[in-house]
Amino acid sequence: MPILEVKNLSVAFTQYTTGFKQKSHQVISDLNVTLEAGKILAVVGASGSGKSLLAHAILGVLPTNAKVSGSMTYVGEELTHARKIALRGKEIALVPQSVNYLDPLMKVGKQVRTSVRTGDPKEAQKNVFERYHLKPEVEGMYPFELSGGMARRTLLSTAIVSGAKVIIADEPTPGLDPTVMKEALGNFRELADSGCAVMLITHDIDSALSIADEIAVFYAGTTVEIAPVTDFTGKGEALRHPYSKALWRALPQNDFIPIKGSQPHSSALPPGCLFEPRCPWATSDCRKGRPEMRELRDGTVRCIHAT
Amino acid sequence: MQLEARDIGFRYGNGAWLFRGVNLTVKPGEIVGIVGPSGQGKTTFARILAGFEEPIEGTVTLDGFSVQNKGYYPVQLVFQHPEKAINPRWKMHKSLHEGWKPDQALLDTFGIEREWLTRWPGELSGGELQRFCVLRALGPETRFLIADEMTTMLDAITQAQIWHAVLEISRKRNMGIVVISHEAKLIERLCDRVIELV
Repeated sequence: MPILEVKNLSVAFTQYTTGFKQKSHQVISDLNVTLEAGKILAVVGASGSGKSLLAHAILGVLPTNAKVSGSMTYVGEELTHARKIALRGKEIALVPQSVNYLDPLMKVGKQVRTSVRTGDPKEAQKNVFERYHLKPEVEGMYPFELSGGMARRTLLSTAIVSGAKVIIADEPTPGLDPTVMKEALGNFRELADSGCAVMLITHDIDSALSIADEIAVFYAGTTVEIAPVTDFTGKGEALRHPYSKALWRALPQNDFIPIKGSQPHSSALPPGCLFEPRCPWATSDCRKGRPEMRELRDGTVRCIHAT
Repeated sequence: MQLEARDIGFRYGNGAWLFRGVNLTVKPGEIVGIVGPSGQGKTTFARILAGFEEPIEGTVTLDGFSVQNKGYYPVQLVFQHPEKAINPRWKMHKSLHEGWKPDQALLDTFGIEREWLTRWPGELSGGELQRFCVLRALGPETRFLIADEMTTMLDAITQAQIWHAVLEISRKRNMGIVVISHEAKLIERLCDRVIELV
């Protein structure tokens, strides 16, 4: 059963350019994702494809000039802004992208303890530090005294002690060496196996594949494909969308061959399919409007030509 | 021209040695990978090679001579975070043309669109900015390029685009490259040989 469902989410920013002139940036268009208990959904795509903004939209922390439309439900009930505020940090927790999200003036042990909602905060914090191999003296340290890996484990601890049912992890692994990375990824799998729904935002397909159940591929602010991890194999024949195939083939362990061009800017999106200008399959029909997300072979795809 | 680092050692103040006795030789056109756990001083070593930092022990030489620290430095470094390596108050053409003026063919090789040159850095994505940072470092006098986690923050397609452009120039000019990365598969794909910093 889905815990969190996001349907046709669109987000636009209005910005003043010169004087009273305004410019609109369509940063997310018609995006759909579903998180299920016990499952990890990995969200992959280029930077600027709207991955972090989706996380911020779910938590209700978008800036005030954002216009949001579409619907979100949490355990079957609509997720209103008031409900987001009530649930975040309690039932829905974020493991943020940057270690700058720690309070620089508070000892890290205390930061973790403030997230504990039931039981003895001190004990919960000690247990979680032990589990993530953070030595007892770390709780008395300030964020600037931690290495990158330790700071990441602290952020993760904060999310875990909150007892949240939905964990959203935004790029939790860059800059970690392989040993620490494997451990961090293992922690997310453990969380899912204990009944959490996990959304793992990353641009590292390889690590996503090692722990996720499903992968959502983002492009220019929308989902182009959602596929089971087992489809990411060989030359990408099982994948549905031409962008997913291109992304897969561009990996150094595959062909390492890129397609040309770059993702369209949010202020100048193409009128039809967002991938059409770079697509090898493009026809005039692709320019006639945004394709709908449709089901295809155990996954979903947003492409009229996909088979 | 050969880049040679001999018995390099570095520490901050009177702290513990970050590393000692590190040796590296890079021949023209050669691509060498450097790997090792975080916190071992890979980035510091890169900064030493590119002349941003003086080693406490050891020497860095080009063809046996120490490098003059004035004029164009023939060893250029590209950083992991392009948004931190570009002046946010300069339009892109000013940052790009700081050291030299690449021609249209090179802009095309790197997939830099004309229109981006008149934008502010904040109006471009990380991948787009990194294309500028790499091209900026590839002036005609650059003999060696040090790529410190150059494409770590980028998606696979942008990563492959940038590396293909750099490899093309490396072949044309016989330019040596040092690749620092945590991604074993990228190192394996790119490098002629790999050294481990432990």
